[in-house]
Amino acid sequence: MQELIERAKALLADGTVSRVLGWRATDTPFGPEPAFFESGEELNEFVYNCFCGANLSKYLIESSALEGKTLAFLKPCDTYSFNQLCKEHRIDRGKTYIIGVGCKGKITVERLHELGIKGILDVEDAGDTLTVKTLYGEKSCPYSDAMLERCHACKGKEHRVADEVIGESADTTDTDRFAKVTELEQMTSKERYAFFQAELSKCIRCNACRNVCPVCNCRKCVFDGNAFDSVQKANATEFEEKMFHIIRAFHVAGRCTDCGECSRVCPQGIPLHLLNRKLIKDMDAFYGEYQAGEDTSTVSPLTAYTEHDIEPEAGKGGNE
Amino acid sequence: MQKIGVFVCHCGTNIAATVDVLRVVEAAAKEPGVVHAQDYPYMCSEAGQALIASAIRDKGLTGIVVCSCSPRMHEATFRKCAERAGLNPYMVEIANIREHCSWIHKDMEEATQKAIILARAAIAKVHLNTPLAAGHSQVTKRALVIGGGIAGIQTALDIAEAGYPVDIVEKNPSIGGRMAQLDKTFPTLDCSACILTPKMVEAAAHPNIRIFTYSEVERVTGFVGDFTVDIRKHARSVDMDKCTGCGLCQEKCPSRKTPDEFNRALGTRSAIYTPFAQAIPNVPVIDREHCIKFKTGKCGLCQTVCAAGAIDYTQSDEIVSEKYGAIVVATGFDTIKLDRFGEYAYDQSKDVITSLELERIMNAAGPTGGHLERLSDGRMPREMVFIQCVGSRCSDGRGKSYCSKICCMYTAKHAMLIRDKYPDVNVTVFYIDVRTPGKNFDEFYRRAVEQYGVNYIKGQVGKVAPLPDGRLRVSGSDLIDGKAVEITADMVVLATAIEPDPSARRLASMLTASIDTNDFLTEAHPKLRPVESPTAGVYLSGVSQGPKDIPETVSQAGACAAKVIGLLAKDRLTTNPCTAHSDQLLCNGCSACANVCPYGAISYEQREVNDHGVRGERRIAVVNNALCQGCGACTVTCPSGAMDLQGFSNRQLIAEVDAICR
Repeated sequence: MQELIERAKALLADGTVSRVLGWRATDTPFGPEPAFFESGEELNEFVYNCFCGANLSKYLIESSALEGKTLAFLKPCDTYSFNQLCKEHRIDRGKTYIIGVGCKGKITVERLHELGIKGILDVEDAGDTLTVKTLYGEKSCPYSDAMLERCHACKGKEHRVADEVIGESADTTDTDRFAKVTELEQMTSKERYAFFQAELSKCIRCNACRNVCPVCNCRKCVFDGNAFDSVQKANATEFEEKMFHIIRAFHVAGRCTDCGECSRVCPQGIPLHLLNRKLIKDMDAFYGEYQAGEDTSTVSPLTAYTEHDIEPEAGKGGNE
Repeated sequence: MQKIGVFVCHCGTNIAATVDVLRVVEAAAKEPGVVHAQDYPYMCSEAGQALIASAIRDKGLTGIVVCSCSPRMHEATFRKCAERAGLNPYMVEIANIREHCSWIHKDMEEATQKAIILARAAIAKVHLNTPLAAGHSQVTKRALVIGGGIAGIQTALDIAEAGYPVDIVEKNPSIGGRMAQLDKTFPTLDCSACILTPKMVEAAAHPNIRIFTYSEVERVTGFVGDFTVDIRKHARSVDMDKCTGCGLCQEKCPSRKTPDEFNRALGTRSAIYTPFAQAIPNVPVIDREHCIKFKTGKCGLCQTVCAAGAIDYTQSDEIVSEKYGAIVVATGFDTIKLDRFGEYAYDQSKDVITSLELERIMNAAGPTGGHLERLSDGRMPREMVFIQCVGSRCSDGRGKSYCSKICCMYTAKHAMLIRDKYPDVNVTVFYIDVRTPGKNFDEFYRRAVEQYGVNYIKGQVGKVAPLPDGRLRVSGSDLIDGKAVEITADMVVLATAIEPDPSARRLASMLTASIDTNDFLTEAHPKLRPVESPTAGVYLSGVSQGPKDIPETVSQAGACAAKVIGLLAKDRLTTNPCTAHSDQLLCNGCSACANVCPYGAISYEQREVNDHGVRGERRIAVVNNALCQGCGACTVTCPSGAMDLQGFSNRQLIAEVDAICR
């Protein structure tokens, strides 16, 4: 962490960058938040640890409009979102300086809660295990048990883009990322409906998923405007959350890098990423494997017409 | 608030027999904004249109809904009618209660309910319609004809005669197409070459016609009146200006083993070749794949013998970019491959041939010099069997479901010619039906049977088996006598189904012209617009649109030329005002719309935008309305809803859906 701070201070000092985008400590040890730093002094609050899951790419949209370059620290998976946003002309690559930071998977306090660890005072990363100080004494668990869902389906240790890389990364994949989607596909439509109704009914429409999603970056969201009466319509159905989330999934289809931020930030613990993954899985099946954000030039199969595109009939099927 | 008039058409009994028209009028009258509703037996008639016009004037209607047939049929009619009455033509909406309702339903109650719902949707839409003004675009007064067979030649000649320049693009080294391969033509039995080659010469000599042979269309951009086409001229390796067509190079060429495509691979040709003696242009090409010079670097004999110094091994492909107002597709056909029809032993015996191969055998310039003989041993056949419908009218999925249309007649022709020239050859034809509905066609067929004694057997052939002595055992059935038939034949001729040339599919996607499941190009209307593609500015000539014989092809070529001339005669075209536009306050500048736009109509610009007092430079999508064809692909791709289509806005479509779901 100190190395990152020193490097950031140096780049600020020599004028290469005008500001630094990173994470800042908050009053809980497991909740560092994204923050801009504009001076060496401010950087003293900079933190980078196992809780720094937040994907910083999206903040670069705003900073692209500012004077000078912005230094951003990106984990390997964050670079996919960064590339996607560059491809969509939302981030000006020339206004950024990317330092790839090492990552061995990020953890979340929610997972610790689910493991039955309550009253957490502090968490210590001891390599393969976590030592958790709680009101009820010291507990420990394997590091991977506390990892974010997305880290179990890690995109690999390579940074897809970086001006320099500091630190080592690890590929933390230990599951098939489409396992749950396959399970859902095998349900009957009634079972599947019941599953999503149960999950999505928890939604409180806080918009955290929309606000955190790197590709959910429209200047004005269709749900905020009156161009389609979508808001009124969503309110008028008995199941407004379904409409919101399904429309959102379609709007990010072909652009979603599967960064998992939606599920990470959902205060209700809804596995929102499953909607996106179903679309990714179908796209892979229909058009060949495609990873959004792998580079800044490949056109998404959903916005590229080719002579060899699959015929519409192929999309039919599924369980009744 | 709009003042809307609703006009419900009976379409005689087409609608009124299934839809209670009066109830539709009653229901429509109750919709908000509707100030006038009435029915009439034929709304498209002069009297019907007069009703609409007077209602517009008398009641000051601001929008009208006509509940009638498909907008493809009469939208233009009613728009013109509204315009004459002083209403903007884009304030007209059609509720299709015929094709979408009365024709496809039987139950009157249900159909009436549906008609009411469709009317309601159109009323909901017209509430949100705004007057639109059409623009104008220029017409490039030049046509492109793709394919240099009889269809393409005739279309080009007719257009050229009307005074407009035409380019023909032909992928082979010579124009002429399939017709050049034929020996005699039905029903008059005149020699194919004798009637085709003068037309080829006429096309080549015509001051308004340019011919690009050995060339292919590479890229098409633009739209009706203003297409830009890249044509790839393959390297001929022979200088067209210098070559005198003496033919010495072909005589001396030591590479002579290449299957001769023109003779359906029944013979061989040299590596430097013209497909046939009357080729136009009479300039050979070097087939680089088989040329010894290109394969090994050694040889160069043709260059040595060419007194004109025309041989140029360094030539490379050339791309010519040209503008056209109209494009004609005349890509023709080929016979299907027979690999799924093992029962006819086509691959097992040289004496099982296709009818097109027989044409070459019968042709004096063909591989046997016009002498009927077995390709296996050169002997004259004594017993010949023709099998009809090989791969045509095929219901098992191995061939084509359609009738290839020309086979009955050319088989009668072949049978007759053989019986005439070689009276001691027995000829048997197996058929499913004999279809001869053309002028003098049935008389022709009857001559084959009655005068020339051709033995027609109604029934299909189950198997052709090569025998040890080289003959062929043909096992079939005679459906009229209800018995099995077995014939030991010397030669079997298969009336092989025809299919569109394989280039048609790629071309159709370049032209965004639709094709059917058999890869035939689709016409804009099967009865009323048979030579136009639904894509404006694209026209269809010859077999690329569907199987047809020479007389029909020539008539269609003329019809197609007339349509092209009609377009080229216009100084300017009215453009469709239903184009896309981008809301700069909503646009993210993400390029998704530009990626999906098939017309290249969307570009981006950096623009200072005042977003409710906040100024900033933004990347904004800009639609070129002259290029936009209003397909709407961008509107559904745009994540923020910044792209919208005039006349078909998201709000209008959602209002329609809401009205339907109400």
